[in-house]
Amino acid sequence: MSQVHYLTTPLSDEDVENLKAGDIVYLSGTIFTARDAAHKRLVDLIENKEELPFQLDGAVIYFVGPTPPKPGDPIGSAGPTTSYRMDSYSPTLIKHGLKGMIGKGKRNQDVKEACKKYKAVYFGATGGAGALLGKLIKEAKVIAYEELGPEAIRMLRVENFPVTVINDAYGNDLYEEGRKQYEVKD
Amino acid sequence: MREIAYEDIVKAVKNMVIHTATNLPEDAMKKLQEAHEKEKSPVAKKVLEQLLENAEIARTEKRPLCQDTGLAVYFVKVGQDVKITGGLLKDAINEGTEQGYIEGYLRASTCDCFTRENLKEKIGYNLPAVIHIDLVEGDKIEIEYAAKGGGSENVSRARVLAPAQGREGVIDFVKDVISEAGPNPCPPIIVGVGIGGTFEKAAISSKYALFREAGQPNPDPDVAEFEKELLFELNKLGIGAMGMGGTETVLAVHVEKNPCHIASLPVSVNVQCHSSRHSHITL
Ligand code: SF4
Repeated sequence: MSQVHYLTTPLSDEDVENLKAGDIVYLSGTIFTARDAAHKRLVDLIENKEELPFQLDGAVIYFVGPTPPKPGDPIGSAGPTTSYRMDSYSPTLIKHGLKGMIGKGKRNQDVKEACKKYKAVYFGATGGAGALLGKLIKEAKVIAYEELGPEAIRMLRVENFPVTVINDAYGNDLYEEGRKQYEVKD
Repeated sequence: MREIAYEDIVKAVKNMVIHTATNLPEDAMKKLQEAHEKEKSPVAKKVLEQLLENAEIARTEKRPLCQDTGLAVYFVKVGQDVKITGGLLKDAINEGTEQGYIEGYLRASTCDCFTRENLKEKIGYNLPAVIHIDLVEGDKIEIEYAAKGGGSENVSRARVLAPAQGREGVIDFVKDVISEAGPNPCPPIIVGVGIGGTFEKAAISSKYALFREAGQPNPDPDVAEFEKELLFELNKLGIGAMGMGGTETVLAVHVEKNPCHIASLPVSVNVQCHSSRHSHITL
């Protein structure tokens, strides 16, 4: 049975251990945005043992490239982007303390293994609900790579941001299990 | 010859682009509501509820429905008795697109294929648009528009089957494409299928199939029957809204069928996410 959790970032190992694929989580606190280009730079920094633009320990990264904000708004529409493009970078970040990722779509086996090994979760947010999700972002500030435009790293403050656990720290996958439940075999 | 001014085309396109980004058309809205009523999975039902709420917020607060405001795709029918004054049709459409994307606070999503550099400075904000032009009878210009997101384009596929694979082969191919796509194209989706013609004709037909009002059957009763069969087959996959498992994966299947070469059977599947942002204007 799917459970509902209210969590505040940064996430601890214990927070992650309590989550199961299919659970609904309302996230509050600070999260960071990054897409492919920013991920590449973060991984390069780690490899060169340089300092990251934010604390990775317990952090949650949101895969998003928002629309430009209208005057007076912190951010424009901001729903998740497809996550597989981050698959080659996520395991390194997880190894170095990342606890949560928010996106949409399937992850590869390496990411799922890393979630198990280092206790992290992959959350799905509703793709195409950018207007609704953008409204739950109360503050947004570019903290690195401004030149990347929509792909820059932003620090977001969110309140009760709704996500669903897709891959938990036990190797479960909601995409596989949910589908099995409703599939009609000939 | 009826004259239509370049500036009027620019203005009409701009307004259409801005409007479409925040207003989910009625046909898509209706299909989402139906899916919400029918869905058996509580998790997927919750997602559909969020999508309906999202459409409402987008419309009333004029916020883009999705942060991926797409590449601008147009199918344009130009009457042979029209003369455009003051510039080229393609330029007018591109200019209207750029103005709409800037003034509507929409995202610039075009980039160089290899360097991935955003082209907003070099070419224009979210330019170039993808424009298909056809010459038809009459003295009007009809412009059909879609803001096409990347997630659903990424899972679209085309293949030339062997003639012997026939109808069954087409069904299997479409099923494989949608099954493999799973959660990635933001289901519930609309599936455009182009069959026949040449390789590129099939691909363009599958795109044009998505410009039809959602759920409107093909006028050919045999093709309409095929659409129903595909819809039924695809919904057996159990993918559900956002791939979390459910009974409502595909909102509609639109098939366009063309005569083809005796040696081949081209088929193309173009996927449209639930954020089916389409509009058209006649000038
Ligand atoms: S697939 Fe459609 S709804 Fe999903 S993120 Fe892309 S444009 Fe938005």
